[in-house]
Amino acid sequence: MDRLLTLLDENARLSTAQLAAMLNKTEKEVEAEIDAYEKAGVIRGYKALINWEKVDENKASALIELRVSPKRDRGFDEIANRIMQFEEVESVYLMSGGYDLAVKVHGRSMQEIAMFVMRRLSTLDSVLSTATHFILTRYKDGGVILNQEEERDERRSVLCD
Amino acid sequence: MIDYQSILNEEVQKIKPSGIRRFFDIANEMDHVISLSIGEPDFTTPWHVRQEGIRTLEDGKTWYSPNRGFMELREEISRWLKRRYHTEYDPKTELLVTVGGSEAIDLCIRSLVKPGEEVLIPQPSFVCYEPLTEMAHGVPVIIETKQEDQFRLNPQALREKITPKTKLLILPFPNNPTGAVMRREHLKEIAKVVEEFNLMVLSDEIYSELTYGDTRHVSFAAIDGMKERTIVVNGFSKAFAMTGWRLGYAAGPKEIIAQMTKLHQYGIMSAPTMAQYAATEAMKNGDSDIDEMREQYDMRRRLIVSGFNSMGLTCFEPEGAFYVFPCIKSTGLSSEEFCEKLLYAEHVAVVPGNAFGACGEGYIRVSYSYSIKHITEALSRIEHFINSLS
Repeated sequence: MDRLLTLLDENARLSTAQLAAMLNKTEKEVEAEIDAYEKAGVIRGYKALINWEKVDENKASALIELRVSPKRDRGFDEIANRIMQFEEVESVYLMSGGYDLAVKVHGRSMQEIAMFVMRRLSTLDSVLSTATHFILTRYKDGGVILNQEEERDERRSVLCD
Repeated sequence: MIDYQSILNEEVQKIKPSGIRRFFDIANEMDHVISLSIGEPDFTTPWHVRQEGIRTLEDGKTWYSPNRGFMELREEISRWLKRRYHTEYDPKTELLVTVGGSEAIDLCIRSLVKPGEEVLIPQPSFVCYEPLTEMAHGVPVIIETKQEDQFRLNPQALREKITPKTKLLILPFPNNPTGAVMRREHLKEIAKVVEEFNLMVLSDEIYSELTYGDTRHVSFAAIDGMKERTIVVNGFSKAFAMTGWRLGYAAGPKEIIAQMTKLHQYGIMSAPTMAQYAATEAMKNGDSDIDEMREQYDMRRRLIVSGFNSMGLTCFEPEGAFYVFPCIKSTGLSSEEFCEKLLYAEHVAVVPGNAFGACGEGYIRVSYSYSIKHITEALSRIEHFINSLS
């Protein structure tokens, strides 16, 4: 796997100079590679992983299982494209198994999400059924453990008692 | 009341406790200390290796192993040494499994050194060679390695320290704390001197899998004519992130290994059984784990070297182990002053270079066996500290 992408995936705030040092390249080369990845659509953006619960923000999220009827020629793409237009929708996945689309939705409250599902999602033509699962606690998100106070290094100096 | 001082062995009492102990005690009491001081991998032992340890516990394999270690493990070690370093050892007679590389070092010095004989110890280096030599009634003779030689053992400096009493040369490469590596051409130069003066060699190759750049580690025993005069010490701690399992080994001429085995037999009995099973798995299926860890270390190494150089502390580019050894002479502080001030001012713990021999004065040992996030934070605090000095 590309080391540059792995490094950025872990921490997008590393400076070009730091990345260049680690990858044994020049800053220019690193810049050019990032640029190429952005142009090719490999890197789609940079965002912070925020533990919103800590900011006392009213925020609720849910995972919604959708069963839908695929369209001739366009399969699931049409309905997926339709659903991802909603700004409440954070992610849309086509799944194998017991249902078709997994949709992650956020809102200011569970009530708001419930309304969204009732009024906007379940009313879409191809949607056959929905099952809404509210997220109660996020322990780990995007590869990051959220409510850990500080990373503890359990290694101890052998010199300490 | 017993006067313990008068009943205790004087030679043991004379051994100096490690000079950095006090320093670690301070760091331990502080909050939010960022440490770059620990000399062991931050990776945990690869899962398939741990699983093998667990499996043997579940199966109740909790007995002693043979004194020399399980034959299956010795066979794997033999294959490994051949595959990685092109050296051949008979698993029956030329290998001994020990409790970490440290035990192997002790056994080797005690088996070889007669009272009054001199042991050549390049420094800066790991702290155990001097006291162990003294306990064996040998005489430690220090050879300083220098930054202008990339902290390699210089054959001329070696020559100058040889006397009729010289018995054993210790070769601690890849080196803790400097990160220096002896390439094949450097080892050949040393081999000439070893041959000329009929020396024996203890080659401590515990960091052998952690070398960076184009060429891999060369074992001193792989140099022509050196196998018969060399005891190679190696182990699982650094290569496979298995420090806590306490498992190492010695490879050398069967006559020497036989004597070491006696000491091991009476002092230790046998190395931990569970660890030996896990280590067998590591040798069989662990190559890709090493490659991945080495690549991670290598990225951190380049990050930290460029960090120190850009803040004006000249930093020799280490080729092995997981330490950098920047020179702090430009700050006008001694190693210990630097470390103590840095600890109090920025809560960053690094180790004073003189902990690894007097000639380490003017340097600090910084470990990069930490996450990139941790390293970048520590570097920015150190930079802040350096700027506050000027």
